[in-house]
Amino acid sequence: MHMADALLSPTVGATFWAVTLAAIGYASKKLKEQIDDKMIPLMGVLGAFIFAAQMINFTIPGTGSSGHIGGGMILAIILGPYAAFLAIASVLTVQGLFFADGGLLALGCNIWNMGVYPCFIVYSLLYKPLVGDSKSPARIFAVSILSVVIALQMGAFSVVMETMMSGKSELPFGTFILLMQPIHLAIGIIEGFITAGVINYVRSARPELLESIGASRPLNPAVSLKHAVITFLVLAVVTGGVLSWFASTHPDGLEWSIKKITGKTELASPEHGIALISKKIQEKTAFLPDYHVPPVGREQSKEEIGTSIAGIIGAGMVLGLILIIGAGIRFVRRRHS
Amino acid sequence: MAFDEEYFSIGRLDRLSYQDTFVHRLDPRVKVVCTMLFLVTVISFPKYEIAALMPFFLLPVLLTTLGDIPAAFLLKKIVIVSPFAIFIGIFNPLLDTRLVAVAAGIPLSAGCLSFITILLKFTLTISAALLLIATTSFPGICHALRRLGVPAIFVSQLLFLYRYLFVLMEEAMRLARARDMRSFGERGSGINVVVRLIGSLFLRTVERAERIYSAMLSRGFNGDIPSVKLYKLKSADILYLCATLAFLAIFRFMPITGILGSFAQELSK
Amino acid sequence: MSHHFVEFKNVLFHYPDGTEALKGVSFRITHGESVGIVGANGSGKSTLLLHMNGYFLPSKGTVTVGDIELQKKTRQEVRRKVGIVFQNPDDQLFMPTVFDDVSFGPLNLGMSPECVQERVLEALTTVNCLDLRDKPPHHLSSGQKSAVAIAAVIAMEPDILVMDEPAANLDPKSRRSLITMLKTFMHTKIIASHDLDLILDVCSRCIVIRDGVVAADGATMDILSNKKLMEENNLELPLSLQRC
Repeated sequence: MHMADALLSPTVGATFWAVTLAAIGYASKKLKEQIDDKMIPLMGVLGAFIFAAQMINFTIPGTGSSGHIGGGMILAIILGPYAAFLAIASVLTVQGLFFADGGLLALGCNIWNMGVYPCFIVYSLLYKPLVGDSKSPARIFAVSILSVVIALQMGAFSVVMETMMSGKSELPFGTFILLMQPIHLAIGIIEGFITAGVINYVRSARPELLESIGASRPLNPAVSLKHAVITFLVLAVVTGGVLSWFASTHPDGLEWSIKKITGKTELASPEHGIALISKKIQEKTAFLPDYHVPPVGREQSKEEIGTSIAGIIGAGMVLGLILIIGAGIRFVRRRHS
Repeated sequence: MAFDEEYFSIGRLDRLSYQDTFVHRLDPRVKVVCTMLFLVTVISFPKYEIAALMPFFLLPVLLTTLGDIPAAFLLKKIVIVSPFAIFIGIFNPLLDTRLVAVAAGIPLSAGCLSFITILLKFTLTISAALLLIATTSFPGICHALRRLGVPAIFVSQLLFLYRYLFVLMEEAMRLARARDMRSFGERGSGINVVVRLIGSLFLRTVERAERIYSAMLSRGFNGDIPSVKLYKLKSADILYLCATLAFLAIFRFMPITGILGSFAQELSK
Repeated sequence: MSHHFVEFKNVLFHYPDGTEALKGVSFRITHGESVGIVGANGSGKSTLLLHMNGYFLPSKGTVTVGDIELQKKTRQEVRRKVGIVFQNPDDQLFMPTVFDDVSFGPLNLGMSPECVQERVLEALTTVNCLDLRDKPPHHLSSGQKSAVAIAAVIAMEPDILVMDEPAANLDPKSRRSLITMLKTFMHTKIIASHDLDLILDVCSRCIVIRDGVVAADGATMDILSNKKLMEENNLELPLSLQRC
């Protein structure tokens, strides 16, 4: 579910980096105010634990492919949202660097998708209110699976949105959704199962462990179910606004999927309200001079496409030159050592 | 087993990051900033722009050769992570079929071009990220992040993770190996076994954290992790930064490749 | 200076779950002594050690280090005097590089960077690991990790050095280096170990623990060569004495 640099636009990448850094700053501040010293090595080592646990693959029944846990939810349950978020962010950073999973610009998106949704939103608004202090294995199972599934669906949906908003892929919205959401549903169910399984296992093997960690956690304000529902409604409205902005700039993709789903081809006119405003903002803040999403219908002129003959020859020359430079340096270094 | 390969692959990359070359000695802050600017520049190109991306391969090539990083190792890692990008990008040629006349009457679809661009950008961005870690040790990157303003508690989290990464992977490998030896070919990757493995690993991890904490206390730990390291910018660092900025600016905004090509065309006439 | 002593007076300790680990331990170790603590697994050795730097506080009885009686508020002070090297070096080397690990203690003591630098280099030289200073701990061998863990503690210049199974994971050569090095240390040394031959080599005095009490306390040679005593306490003669 990692977002890749190559599919990202500078605007989207920068936006998500900005909000992710803000989230990291927020979590750090909250943690520093209330943390028990004992948590510091624990957080770090649990990050390494998640990393190692992700290496233990499971087969997704029916597909034959393998998946692994994300870890955001289980960390949130054990460490609380702030510490868990930092832990998962550090895991993703190490993955981005050592495995090139996704990319460094996309790291902002990835930390958001796989950190903020499980740790802050789903844990605080769903898991905690529904489970509370209950130790009932059945309840933990049900809520864990539900929470992880929702968190992963949000994450997968975000990847789709980020890709669409970047405009580098021709994949229509509908197809993309159909690709991403089902597979992450399957992974989510399994990860939810594993999450609950591990929590219950630990509780039966060393019951005092989770209690003592819980005691060193910073106190979070308790969120009631009512608050949770209101927040979800707000999120739904915001998402709706984003979708309609998206509809105003990519009518093709959405039209295609709307046609497929409802049989209609008409969308409500995008020239009103939020969609119009966001379109105007987007036009004004185009990041770099050459970059823009071409409006539908206008043919690309040859210059814009940059595949003139001169371009090809030039490309060949440049590549050749670079390879010669590289080989030369290698040769000189080998001679010296 | 895939686990072992990944473990040794990180191990190798980690060892490469401690080599001592000109590139390795550059200030980590400069390297982090330059890498990020490189990434932004590369992905800012429009989706059909292929020729202008070519010069950008110079930077990864320079870092690889000057930093003594084995090219085959790097390429292999790039190939391993490519499936997602290819999988998404492959739809471009299928869906964007507007024809574009290219050269000598060979028509190509615009979708093909944008797909090629995605692949090129992918190679450039992934190699930039890998080269950053390969030429700057992870603690170096963490110190750079700290100096660039990232909160201390997050950075010490990163450092702890890194420190115990290999230790925990080894423990997980031992547990997984024990599982495999008793599975008799039945893969044993059923859910219950996975839960037990992860559960055991978790318990050991928490116990280890307790021992680490007591060791920290014994050496006077009182909540703040102290640090001494002072990186000072040297002239080599400033030069590298300026050269990179100049390169990025020039090759982003001026169609050098096109000019070279036209020039060659003129010559051959 | 005769006020570097460690004294346990009738120390009782039980864990939160009620398990009694120490049931009345008393002894006094004075400046410059090198004392071995032996006992079977579960005898209370480790628990005893963890009282020496205040990680545990006695449930009853007193622990005195120098002129400080161990209490909740005097823990930090005690830790300046007593340095413990734990069994597993991986758990003690938690910083990104060897230098960072060895400087952790001195920095926490509030020393200036120059002073810290001096201490670190001195400590690393003592354990013959100066060239490892910029390496990350996970690139070190077991023997090197053990040595660096010791350096990390002696850099704080404690008066009293406590070690829990120092030779546990070492190959013969590293073990020999360790023994040679320990013999040169002028600190008061308290070493808990199953490696009875090491105790024989390094320690002049030996305390035997069984079931949470002191079963014997005297000159090492006398204690460790006493076959009956050893077997009563679920131990046996050191290997080097078994051939005789």
